[in-house]
Order: sequence, then C-alpha cells, then structure tokens
Amino acid sequence: MIYVVIGFLWLSVCLYLILGGADFGAGIVELMTKKKNRKYTEKIMYESIAPVWEANHMWLIIAIVILFVGFPEIYTTMSTYLHIPLVLMLLGIIARGTAFTFRHYDAVKDDWQIIYTQIFYYASLLTPFFLGLIAAATVSQSINPDAKTFLDLYIFSWLNWFGVSVGFFVVALCAYLASIFSLRETNDRLELNLMIKKSQQTMIFVVITGLLVFVTAYFSDIPLVKWVFSKPLGVMSITFATMALGLILKAMHNKKLLPVRALAGFQIIMILVAATYQHNPDIILLGNGEHLSLLKHIAAPKTISALGWALILGSLFILPFLFYLMFSFTKASSKKL
Amino acid sequence: MDDFIAARAQMALSLGFHIIFACVGMVMPFLMAFAHWKYLKTGNEIYKGLTKAWSKGVAILFATGAVSGTMLSFELGLLWPGFMKHAGPIFGMPFSLEGTAFFIEAIAIGFFLYGWDKFNKWFHWFCGFLVGLSGLASGILVVAANAWMNSPAGFDYINGEYVNIDPIKAMFNEAWFPQALHMTVAAFCATGFAVAGVHALLIMRKKNVEFHTKAFRIAAAFALVGAFGAPLSGDVAAKSVAERQPIKLAAMEAHFETEKGAAFVLGGIPDEEKGEIKYALKIPKVLSFLVSNDFDAEVKGLNDFPRDEWPPVAVVHYAFQIMIFFGVVMICIGSLYLYSFFFKKEWLTKNWLLKTFLFATPFGYIALEAGWTVTEVGRQPWIIYGIMKTADAVTPMPGIQYSFYFFTAIFISLSLIIIFLLRRQIQMVPRLYDPTDAQFNSKNKKS
Repeated sequence: MIYVVIGFLWLSVCLYLILGGADFGAGIVELMTKKKNRKYTEKIMYESIAPVWEANHMWLIIAIVILFVGFPEIYTTMSTYLHIPLVLMLLGIIARGTAFTFRHYDAVKDDWQIIYTQIFYYASLLTPFFLGLIAAATVSQSINPDAKTFLDLYIFSWLNWFGVSVGFFVVALCAYLASIFSLRETNDRLELNLMIKKSQQTMIFVVITGLLVFVTAYFSDIPLVKWVFSKPLGVMSITFATMALGLILKAMHNKKLLPVRALAGFQIIMILVAATYQHNPDIILLGNGEHLSLLKHIAAPKTISALGWALILGSLFILPFLFYLMFSFTKASSKKL
Repeated sequence: MDDFIAARAQMALSLGFHIIFACVGMVMPFLMAFAHWKYLKTGNEIYKGLTKAWSKGVAILFATGAVSGTMLSFELGLLWPGFMKHAGPIFGMPFSLEGTAFFIEAIAIGFFLYGWDKFNKWFHWFCGFLVGLSGLASGILVVAANAWMNSPAGFDYINGEYVNIDPIKAMFNEAWFPQALHMTVAAFCATGFAVAGVHALLIMRKKNVEFHTKAFRIAAAFALVGAFGAPLSGDVAAKSVAERQPIKLAAMEAHFETEKGAAFVLGGIPDEEKGEIKYALKIPKVLSFLVSNDFDAEVKGLNDFPRDEWPPVAVVHYAFQIMIFFGVVMICIGSLYLYSFFFKKEWLTKNWLLKTFLFATPFGYIALEAGWTVTEVGRQPWIIYGIMKTADAVTPMPGIQYSFYFFTAIFISLSLIIIFLLRRQIQMVPRLYDPTDAQFNSKNKKS
C-alpha cells in the first residue's frame, strides 16, 4: 500500500506542477507581455484557466495531506526548517487566488482592476519561485537540524544560489506551460502567432535557467550531474525531454496544437522523473548526513493502508468528474456544444 | 510577544477567519440551489437572477475559504510540528477524505458558475447542490479532526509512545457526532441570519423589493432551522462534554465546587483566585438536569482538578455566556418571525420586523465564534486532551510574533476586500440580477 500512497504523492505533485504551474504561468506570461498586447493575452489566458483553476490548486492540498498523514516526519521537518519560504509561498497562493477571483467577480469594473491585476501578476511570479526554492532545499543538504544559530537553522536552510536558480527554473517552466497550453485557446491566426512567439521565448528561458541550475549545483558542490546522468532512467528522461523540445517546435510550425500540449506535459513529467528518481526513495537529504526516506519515515501500517484506500476511492470520484470539467471547457468542445 | 502566545494567537486568528468563510461556503450554496430550484420549477426570472447573485457571493467566499484552508493545512505544521509529528498519522483520516470532498466541491463550482445554458438544466442544478453537499461533508470531516483533539481515540499512549494506531477509530471518536451536529446547525443559523439581515436592509431601501423579499424569505427559513436546531444540538454537545471533559464544562459554567443538584449559572464575573463567581444569576439544579437528566446529579467542579490543568476559566465562561445569550435572542427573533408568518401576515413587511433582522445580522456569527472559543480554549492547556500539552507542540523557531503580525495583516486586508466586493455586488443588483428592474441589462450579465 505504501507504493500506492507514494504514487499518489508523486502524481499530485506532478499534476500540481503541470496544471497549477500553467495557472501561475498565465500570470507570468501576462506580466511579460507588452502593454499593447496585454488585453489579448489576458483574455486568452483567462479563457484557458477560469473554470478549472480552483481544481488545479487542490493538488497541492492533496500532496500536503498525504505528507502529513503518511510521512509526518518529512512534513514536520520541512515545515520547521523551511518555515520562512513556506510562509512566503503561502502569501503568493493567497494573493494570487483571491486577486484572480476578485478581478473577475468585482461587479463594477474600474481602477480596482489594475490593483487586482498587479497583485495577480506578482503573486503568480512569487509562488512558483518559492516552490522551486523549497524543492531545491530538500535535496541540497542545506537543512541541518544540528545547526546552532538562527541563521543556519532557518535561513541558510533554503537561501543559497542553487535554490534561487531552481526557483527561476520553476518560474520559467510555468510560463512555458501556460503559453503552450494557451495555444489551443486562441481565436484567430494573429493571436495564435503571438502565442507561438511567446512559447518560443519561454522555451529559451527554460533552457537558460535549466543550465543555470546545473552551473549553480556545480559551484555549490551538489552532485547534480552525477545524480541525473549516472542512472539510465535519468539519462533517458533528460534525453526524451530534449527530444520533445524539437518535436514541439516542429509541431508548432505545422500548427498541430494538440500534440504540442501533450509533448509539453510529457516534458514536465520527464523533468520531474529526472529530478526525483535520482535519490529515490530518499526525499529529504539533510545537512547532517541523514536522509528522510519515503519507505522508512512513514506512519503506522494501518494509517498507510487507510490513506491508500481513501486516495483510491477519492480518485474514483474525482478523476472522471475532473476530466469532464476540463473537457467541457476547452475551446474545441464548447464549439461543438 | 512570547513565541508560544504568538503561535496560539495566529492559529486562533486563522481559524477564526476560516470558520466564517467555511460556514458561508457550506450554507450559501444551499440557499443558491434552493433559489435555482424555485426558478426551474416556476420559471420566474427573479429567482434566476437571485441564484446568479448568490452564486457570485459563493464564488468570492469559496475562493477565500479555499486559500485560507490551504494556509491552515500548512500552518498546522508551521506552528505545531510537535503535534503534527504524532497526530498527523492518527487524526489524518478525515483530512484525506476531506481532500476528496473539497476537490469535488471545486469541480462542481466550476461546472455551476461557468455552466449556465451549457448543460442539461438539472445536471447544472445538481452541480450547485453538490457544491453545498460536498462543502458540508468537508466541514463535518474537519470537525472530526478537531473532535479527536478533544476526545483522543484510535491509539494507545504507552511510555510517551503512540502505539496501536487505528485512524478509523480515531475518526469515529466520541466527540465527533455532537460537535459536527452542533457546528453544522450553527453554520446554517449564522449564515441564514447574516444573509437575511443584508436583504432586510435592502428591502427597507425600497429598491428591488420583490427580489430582496424573495431572498429574505429563503434566508430566513434557513435561519429558523438553525436557530431552533442550535439548542437541541447544543444539548447533545453539552452532555458529551460533561462526560468526556468535565473540566471544560466546569469552566464554561465557572463551577468551582463539586456538588449535587448544581445550579445553572448565567452571567457573572468568575474569580479564579478565590474560586467563586460574583453577580451571577443562578437557576437551582438546572445544570445537573441539563448534563444528566437528573436534578440531583453530581456535577464535578474545577477544584477537583489540578490547578495546572485548568483552562482560562474567565475566557471560557464569558464565551459560553455570549453564545447562550445570542442563541436565545435568535430563538426569540425566529419565534417572532414564525408567529408573523402564520398569524400576522401583515407584520412581515413592517419595517420594525426587518429592522430586527438587520440588527441580528452578525448574531449568528458572534455566537458561532464564541462557541468555537469555548471548544478550543476550554481544551487548554492540552492540544491533545490529556496526552500532549499545547506548549510542548509549538515550533522551535523563534520570532513567531512577526509571522503573527504578517498573518493578521493578510486576514484584515482580505476581510476588507471581501466586504467591499460584496457591497459592490449588491449595488449592481438592479443592473445585473433583477430582471424586473428598469436598469436591468441582460447584455451586461456575465455568467
């Protein structure tokens, strides 16, 4: 049963990264669009995320619940030593979610819209950045429970160049996903070309920040290259992700939009595989040499089995309903209806 | 500010806000689904407008409830890692089920808000109803986790170790049913009164009177169910507290000496040092009767317990008195409304009746917050009753006061914005929602 639970944990992190990530990306893409094109972008972005955004963010809650029920030690270690970035990430989540809703549901459309929009933009940027920072901290051995000073315990546990570059990388991924996903929501050729250009720009951003992650890892003595390339699965996933890049460019050129979307999702999955498989089943590498493992630091057997069943039954309810929701509100299906 | 106090203050504040958003999110969808059902049955466009107007309120409050709930799932670990490390695997079951309920709620709300004229009308209606149903399920499940803290079950505590963990037994702990029942009823009562009060004000302004009257009637009906259900469910809750946590009951009633035929204490100022209560109204033997259906039953007093296990008596006592006071006032208002409804129809449109409801707008939420204070503060100094002290659960990280200030600022600004937004929704009723209004512009509406 523990493998079911780990599977769901991985799945919810993955879906949060893809779906929630695309949501954050929507804000980032809007922010990086020139003023004159913003109205377009806003409309396209809005149409692609509005009905599903609440659901997209549930994946984070599912992941957190799995952590605190099934892996309490891992959850409490993170929440103790990564307190500050977690609070900042939360701030981003709150500000973004509420600003997005308020922007749409304010019955009077006036200058307040500008405020909501600004909050929405910067919160969309902040949240994935800290998500990346937190993820980096779990493997960079910067968390050290044996440290003595406040700075070592609670600040340098997450604040380092490697973390910052992973933060930027996640931001880039989100923007990339959003622009790719929005391709199918465009209404005409002009909009489509605009978004294709966006996708290419964000793709370059992903590649640059991705390289930056490797560079900072090298200088921070994190054996990232060894982790990723010493195991066949790691090499394979990176190769696939890179190959997908070429395929995406080609498919975009031919305006084949569905494969573009699928390939981008696939890329993210590959990147996540490469990032998590390397030291599986250890999930947190602490600075004092200890590792927290998904197979060892777990709750009592009865809890794990109950949690597993709850997740299986829950997903039977959720998944069909969720897919129907997503299907119902894609452009293609609404044209049909 | 001391880190421990700051952590408690931040948790209290977060829950205090979340409880409001969550309760509105639990009950508003039912109001909305009821109006929607009326529309589908009668074809009266006013009900359609009302459904849409309420659904915007639901959307705003649901989004806020969702983010404040997300925050809480983190705050549990951020502030109380010592607690979560042990409690997570034991009381986590309802949370994992709640995840499902919450997820379904989010999906259903997507269907409902964006699905006008897109789907079969009864499927669409059902999605609205499902928002309420899954919200209710979420609420009941979360209360199960809180109830476990009051009535720990599903494990053995041996030599400081938590063994033989059974999360299912933990979920079905003794306090769950009474607490969840009382909470649900209170949510209906509070939201019903709040919505009815707002619409009462709008009727008095003599604009869109028919629209607001329909809204008022529906909300008042929900409020009534809550107001009359509250004392009944409260009785069940009080009996359960008396059995499980006699010290909490003693604090609620500022009952210091164990005695037979104990009096029910109303009001008064408790003095913890001297162990007495001044200026209180005492109704002989009633407390004994309330907790065990026997006028001469023995009720344990605070003095029977070690002093370091007392909760803050004054806080718990005052909170309990406030809850009872507003509960009684709401029953009176409810009875008045019922009487008018059946015997004096002409009173229903009278300004004084509407004013009474306007005045009572916050009463339900005041009572609800007070009742929640009784439950939580009454459990102190324990975080897991009888097992783990709250002080032992707090995070080792210093400087929590800044986190507290930070969260306070967030919650205050959120509340202000929500009030502002709801006001603006209300201002737009003539143009967006009331089809009988001259200003109504159907092109204006965005669904």
